[in-house]
Amino acid sequence: MHDRPTVDELLRAVEVLFDEQLVPGLTGSRQYNARVAANVIRTVRRELQHEEPRLAQEWAGLDMLLGPAELPGSLAALKVALADRNAELSERIRNGDADAPDGDGEWRKLVFAHVRNTVHAKLEAANPKWLDADA
Amino acid sequence: MASAPFVESDSVGTENDDLARNIESFIAARTGGIAAVSDLKRLTGGASRETWSLDAIVARDGEKETLPLILQRDVRGAAKALSRPMEFRLMKAAFDDGVPAPEPLWVGDETIGKGESFFVRRVDGETLPRRLLREDIYAEARRALPAQLGALLAQIHRIDPATHGLDTLPAPPAGENPAKFEVQRYEQIFRAIAPEPHPAFELAFRWLNRHPVVAEEGGPRLLTHGDFRIGNVLFGPEGLRVMLDWELAHIGDPMEDMGFICVRSWRFGGAKPVGGIGDREEFFAAYEAAGGENVDPERVRFWEVFGNLRWGIICISQARTYLDGHSNSVELASIGRRTSETEWELLNLIEK
Repeated sequence: MHDRPTVDELLRAVEVLFDEQLVPGLTGSRQYNARVAANVIRTVRRELQHEEPRLAQEWAGLDMLLGPAELPGSLAALKVALADRNAELSERIRNGDADAPDGDGEWRKLVFAHVRNTVHAKLEAANPKWLDADA
Repeated sequence: MASAPFVESDSVGTENDDLARNIESFIAARTGGIAAVSDLKRLTGGASRETWSLDAIVARDGEKETLPLILQRDVRGAAKALSRPMEFRLMKAAFDDGVPAPEPLWVGDETIGKGESFFVRRVDGETLPRRLLREDIYAEARRALPAQLGALLAQIHRIDPATHGLDTLPAPPAGENPAKFEVQRYEQIFRAIAPEPHPAFELAFRWLNRHPVVAEEGGPRLLTHGDFRIGNVLFGPEGLRVMLDWELAHIGDPMEDMGFICVRSWRFGGAKPVGGIGDREEFFAAYEAAGGENVDPERVRFWEVFGNLRWGIICISQARTYLDGHSNSVELASIGRRTSETEWELLNLIEK
């Protein structure tokens, strides 16, 4: 167990340094890159805030599409297993399983709902404003 | 291809002095006069090539002329779609046909850079999309540009590659459908470079591959700009000045360009579909009025889906440049996380 400040608390201090001192004090490409770096810190903070529950939700969604499987015990193992299951889902989409309502239309609907949820979760970390403009 | 706005670099140093002297010798040899370079500064725009701005004062036969110039040169000699000399010839063809494009002056040699390079006459103006969308002085530009861009695109598509000696532009094999060719090309790139699975892109590839446009025999073959979007348009308060960045031009379906400028990433927060500033109907009507073929909105939609997918794959490829150790740029690294923006837009476009 590490001491305070937490990871999020440390990153917040760096974020404020970039926003209030570095970005306003720089010009040209250095200022542009400093702005990008500040946004990277924001993305990392948002990702860490919800990481575990979002990955567990993705696993549960894949259970619905591919059949149930046991949730891996560690975060690292969960990430590896998710990549494998996403490859399996990708393969089934490539094979046409999610093509048409006249085939297994129900599975297609589930695939779209699941993929929409997982992309939504990625954007919550990477760029939540992108979600704002949607009705 | 670069998503980054052009920004001034504050880097200075002896390397720039060497470049300035080499440019002076180069221009002196080309013009038969004496050249002095001033205001040499780097504008950055992409990972694979540098853009420099400079003024060259050329003295010849007792006359002095100031040439405002832009130099573009490849960094690692790694050209993208078109080589610099080919891009130069294409811009020359556009310029000679009266298309608003920068006037190409000289192809550079090894004294100008290790990679390929060329000089064009600099046109004053602005390229930053956020200024166009938000600043009061560009209100008239926002009003005028949608129709100007439609007319510009019709002009570009009328350039005849054969009469300009541009037969070696990238093109689908004879008789092959350009839509099918482009979708397959980007699917190969995606499978080769993506570090992780992307189910949203798989859904998009299925949608594209099953679309009637891909099933057509043959298909239209015209010169397409290939990177037709806000960000590559140089504008002033009155509107369009010139179209930039011709390096992704190829032979294909002209509707590819119309779909690309509608991609949400090129709206820069604006509400309207054409570059954030225009409605499709106005843009299409201006294209047709300027001599472009009749626009089929469904066909443009196909290319808008393709454009989103293509930009998403470019995001992955830019992040790969960082992941593979070719660059430490925080910008290239962070673009990998913009891939999800295109996934979201693709789901909105294809789920019916």
